[in-house]
Amino acid sequence: MTLTTFAFLVMAVVLVLSAWGVVVAKSPVRSALSLVVNFFVLAFLYFGMNYDLLGISQILVYTGLIMMLFLFCILLLNLGAPDTLFEPSLIKRSLAWFVGGVLVLAVSSQVIGPMATWSTSTPTAPEGFGQAASVGQSLFTGWVYGFEIASVLLLVGIVGSILVAKRRD
Amino acid sequence: MEGIPLYAYLLLSALLFAIGTVGVLIKRNPIIIFMCIELMLNAANLSFLAFAKYHSAPLAAGSLEQWQVHMTGQMAVVFVMAVAAAEVAVGLGIIMAIFRLRHDVDIDEMSTMRG
Repeated sequence: MTLTTFAFLVMAVVLVLSAWGVVVAKSPVRSALSLVVNFFVLAFLYFGMNYDLLGISQILVYTGLIMMLFLFCILLLNLGAPDTLFEPSLIKRSLAWFVGGVLVLAVSSQVIGPMATWSTSTPTAPEGFGQAASVGQSLFTGWVYGFEIASVLLLVGIVGSILVAKRRD
Repeated sequence: MEGIPLYAYLLLSALLFAIGTVGVLIKRNPIIIFMCIELMLNAANLSFLAFAKYHSAPLAAGSLEQWQVHMTGQMAVVFVMAVAAAEVAVGLGIIMAIFRLRHDVDIDEMSTMRG
């Protein structure tokens, strides 16, 4: 086992365990902190795949912005007490985990299984494809319409969330 | 990371997506359901980036269109991040409004808009 494989395995195990922690944690704050670990390790997986800019964006957008909103909302609504919401029954939970297992098995056997025989262990992406310069260049040339539409979407999101959350007197 | 096969990334992505699905199914707190949706979006992002790294078309010399074909996966991830940010802002605003109206956020009790 090489060092890279070992690093990938450690990150994969931490990712799966922290995602599992989001689902099974009793208190919402623990779920949120577990999700922070998940997003952070995922960013390092992106760094390992040479996606420099997207790894930094992952840390800034997800662990910075989105998790801050989640924690703010949890603390503001005082949902920290574990007895405010009751869990579904054991049968329902086991059924849901069974559905999840079936999903993984179906995807692995039908999609990932045939791919294991391809010669896909060597990356074919060109040099420097994950750096800020190349991402910015294609964002502002080939995808400039999508970029503008995304900015309009964010503006609508800002105005809409203010309108929805505003106190009406 | 050299030497990691593509299907390892895809298997990891499938596992994360399935855990997110289970969370959406069994949780009653809408905020945790939102977190699980973010988990599923991130799993899809991981698939996009793995495919972009391992299945790029061969590069013709110096052509700008060819270069943009390589960047498609990353562009999809950039837009997913933008949409996720907008979605979280609006969704948490809706949860705050519901909490102000009803003073509890059990998702099974939110049946006011059922037809």
